[in-house]
Amino acid sequence: MTEKKKERINIHEYLAQFDDIPGTRVFTAQRARKGYWLNQFAMSLMKEENRERFKADEKAYLDEWDLTDAAKQAVLDRDYNAMIDEGGNVYYLSKLFSTDGKSFQFAAGSMTGMTQEEYAEMMIKGGRSPEGVRSIKEGR
Amino acid sequence: MARVTTGITSSHIPALGAAIQTGKSRDDYWGPVFGGYDSIKEWIAKEENMPDVVVLVYNDHASAFDMNCIPTFAIGCGEVFKPADEGWGPRPVPDVIGHPDLAWHIAQSLILDDFDMCIFNQMDVDHGCTIPLSMMFGEPEEWPCKVIPLPVNVVCYPPPSGARCFALGDSIKAAVESFPEDLNVHVWGTGGMSHQLQGPRAGLINKEFDLNFIDQLINDPETLSKMPHIDYLREAGSEGIELVMWLIMRGALGDKVKELYNFYHIPASNTALGALILQPEETAGEALNPKRVLSGHSLEAAE
Repeated sequence: MTEKKKERINIHEYLAQFDDIPGTRVFTAQRARKGYWLNQFAMSLMKEENRERFKADEKAYLDEWDLTDAAKQAVLDRDYNAMIDEGGNVYYLSKLFSTDGKSFQFAAGSMTGMTQEEYAEMMIKGGRSPEGVRSIKEGR
Repeated sequence: MARVTTGITSSHIPALGAAIQTGKSRDDYWGPVFGGYDSIKEWIAKEENMPDVVVLVYNDHASAFDMNCIPTFAIGCGEVFKPADEGWGPRPVPDVIGHPDLAWHIAQSLILDDFDMCIFNQMDVDHGCTIPLSMMFGEPEEWPCKVIPLPVNVVCYPPPSGARCFALGDSIKAAVESFPEDLNVHVWGTGGMSHQLQGPRAGLINKEFDLNFIDQLINDPETLSKMPHIDYLREAGSEGIELVMWLIMRGALGDKVKELYNFYHIPASNTALGALILQPEETAGEALNPKRVLSGHSLEAAE
């Protein structure tokens, strides 16, 4: 055999690394499955008529979707960290904060525990340094 | 014969569109960003630089594709693509006009070259596609060139590897060069640079990583293409993975490139922004003056 053996990525090692990044939930297949209907709900807000119905009665609109109570509550509370815990992804959820007239900066800031002013100030000063938030295990 | 004359990279963040719409593009915050693009706008408006067609590589941000269908590499072969309604109504910009002849030619060539493309005819294009057009061409009644949208999945893991993206660029180059019509084709890689939009680590910016990425993209893209996803995630933030799309652009330019323009700015909303013009060395034109522009917080010394 002279043919070069294909180098393959070990999927288990590949996925396990993602849990080692502080303050980050990578949108893996596992999360994508869990958040399927939450993300599809968010996508439905791309239609004006759906936005109107959602704004008129958020709870009733959410009840039309196959969502867990935790996911529904996270949406009602606009708790984006909790939505991500429920399998949400920020690009899908952007349809929700856009419906609220809010920006990516607002949504991102809301997940950091900082006030909007503090977050905006951090960004103007060059953003969050990667020092110390690259790896939990390696503490770098 | 058609040829890939130019590679361009650009941010595609929606806040840039909002700044244009609300008349803030020249205020203290956005002025330096739009200022950095002015020389690109001037350059591209010249007849010899204006593309006939742009192959626009971007990621669909859950607009045309939902969780039901997640194509890794897709290509828009339709006649026209409408701006998507992303929750605040469609961006008030012209429809994107495709080039079905070239798009189908590229799609077929890529499949024969072992890239199993997903082909779309009806597809709304979101800010990922239309913001770079606004940044390059301003606010015209119609876009001045045809556009072939090429969305890449960088949202749901795993996205394609850097090496796969780099190789796709090379196959796009070969596909374009076998199209008989005489066309000036650009390949644009959009998104990036370092940024994270989720979780307690949101707001991450890594100037050192970004500047090294640009340098390696220009001078040693093959090595850069081997960087694993985890390094993007750790160093450039969870959404910094969009940078793999820049490797598609770079792969379409051949071995050696000339840097015509290199702009880097911190921050544009949550992101670090990089905008480059590169051309294949053998057919490259004159560099812009100034060639390198740093602005905003990127001018501060590293801590």
